[in-house]
Amino acid sequence: MNVKQTLDTKGLSCPMPIVKTKKAMDGLASGGILEVLATDKGAVNDLSAWSKSSGHELLDHKEEDGVFKFYIQKG
Amino acid sequence: MEQTQDKSTMVVFSGDLDKAMASFIIATGAAAMGKQVTMFFTFWGLNILRKEEYVNVKKTFMDKMFAKMMPRGPEKLGISKMNYGGLGGKMMKYTMKKKNIVTLKELIEMAQDLDVKMVACTMSMDVMGITKDELIDGLDYAGVASYLADADESKINLFI
Repeated sequence: MNVKQTLDTKGLSCPMPIVKTKKAMDGLASGGILEVLATDKGAVNDLSAWSKSSGHELLDHKEEDGVFKFYIQKG
Repeated sequence: MEQTQDKSTMVVFSGDLDKAMASFIIATGAAAMGKQVTMFFTFWGLNILRKEEYVNVKKTFMDKMFAKMMPRGPEKLGISKMNYGGLGGKMMKYTMKKKNIVTLKELIEMAQDLDVKMVACTMSMDVMGITKDELIDGLDYAGVASYLADADESKINLFI
């Protein structure tokens, strides 16, 4: 996967992960992939919902050592 | 990108710290999801938008009393339950800081940064004797028709 940019939101709570993700996404070109790191327990549901209603595609997400990793492709 | 510009509207009636935080979390979240957000501040909600410093404006005796009794800005608000004369609010802020939760003041700045439209209800301003000079910059001033027109076009409309 060709990740264009990584955004670290570890330690941040709602609504910071989605607000920061939005800002980072604004800077990407269509088709670009953003990697988001988060520790907020609501992040899986929140970033899925955010991607869906903002017109982006959540390609994959996984958890490693308590850190969630998301790969979102700009729509 | 297929982004629908739908609107969200909110009436912020409460001047409690917890409710104000909930309002701004929803508002910034909605803005991050690409929605056009309008927050309409009325009655106690106006206190959230007050400048922290004292602003010298000519007022009637009643208005002065009101201004003295009401909290000046986001740092001075109490919580809606278990406030215990401000102690509860202090405890809440302490624990939020420890858990790295964003403060109300930061949320307000973020909302402005995300172009959330904040409207102060001019009728409530009259009732409570609050003038434009005492409120933060970047606000709109309007009444019920303006709110209803925005609410009409909104899919999400809350009263907090």
